[in-house]
Amino acid sequence: MKEFKVIEVKRSILEDNDADAEKLRQELKEEGTFLLNLMSSPGAGKTTMLKRTISMLADEMKIGVMEADIDSDVDAQAITEAGARSIQLHTGGMCHLDASMTRQGLLEFGAGDFDLVVLENVGNLVCPAEFDTGACRNVMILSVPEGDDKPLKYPLMFSVCDLVLINKIDVLPYFDFDMDKCRQYIYRRNPKAKIIPISAKDGEGFMEWTQWLREEVAAWTNS
Amino acid sequence: MHELGVVFHVIKIVEEVAAENQLTEVESVTLELGEVSGVIESYLQNCWKWAVRKRSEILKDASLKIEMIPAVTYCEDCRKIYGTMEHGKICPHCGSDNTYLQRGNEFQIKEISAC
Ligand SMILES: Nc1nc2c(ncn2[C@@H]2O[C@H](COP(=O)(O)OP(=O)(O)O)[C@@H](O)[C@H]2O)c(=O)[nH]1
Ligand SMILES: [Mg+2]
Ligand SMILES: [Zn+2]
Repeated sequence: MKEFKVIEVKRSILEDNDADAEKLRQELKEEGTFLLNLMSSPGAGKTTMLKRTISMLADEMKIGVMEADIDSDVDAQAITEAGARSIQLHTGGMCHLDASMTRQGLLEFGAGDFDLVVLENVGNLVCPAEFDTGACRNVMILSVPEGDDKPLKYPLMFSVCDLVLINKIDVLPYFDFDMDKCRQYIYRRNPKAKIIPISAKDGEGFMEWTQWLREEVAAWTNS
Repeated sequence: MHELGVVFHVIKIVEEVAAENQLTEVESVTLELGEVSGVIESYLQNCWKWAVRKRSEILKDASLKIEMIPAVTYCEDCRKIYGTMEHGKICPHCGSDNTYLQRGNEFQIKEISAC
């Protein structure tokens, strides 16, 4: 007869991932590579935004993109045309990436060669927010057609982001989207968030966004 | 599938605990999950059955027990609490949205039964 006994554990399910993510950040720091975790709903404009960003920064730094979102084949080609190398990550049907999957991807990619690696995370606003990937900064894209109340519906996503890009502002006249309200909702979730309205289609806001990115990359890789 | 990712992390932590305590067989694992943790119990059970058989020697026959913790929101304006699942972000007592989740997003391994 086996004698089972109860052992109290009381450990967070995500604690091993959190520790792994912290370790990955240290490794990236030592290598001098800045990893950006980019999150959004499907279709918010991650790939379009990245194409424009790459064409503006490709002369200054070596950029790589790791694609985990669906449509990755099309996206990978678009990224290559814009002037960066890209790799497709295999998520095995998972709705998010965790730190160990990210490390695996970086290893295959040879990430040490890059100054900036962008992780295009799986397109949803719930799961990726729960799992720290080990990225140096988290950026999310909220697009105008999704509505100004998204921060109320997905509070965790907004609270883990360092920067929120509000994309597709070229279509603002056609939507009932209140920019001031949206800012308020985001600040309520995350008072430290930076917010930059952009249009990936016509380039509005990209001076400010690329400047933010340039400074973040420089601060990470020089110190 | 969020649930599968969760299951892999649970397996990893329980295996660590088992190694620390020199355990060779786990009979059950109990999780404490908040109502708003976003995990769906039936999916979690399915992923669990598949993953433990595939991935873990000491956990292969282990059952998964889930204790759901009700979600409660606190209103800063009228200082009352209410059920988050019924009323969401807006306080049913005073109509304020100046509220925060007090409990209900727990996400932890409570205990295991093992030998
Ligand atoms: N009007 C407008 N459309 C955009 C903008 N950015 C992206 N789109 C369109 O939105 C759709 C989805 O964009 P994509 O970059 O593939 O989104 P992803 O799924 O987040 O990578 C495409 O049809 C883009 O052309 C923008 O700033 N303005
Ligand atoms: Mg894309
Ligand atoms: Zn109230």
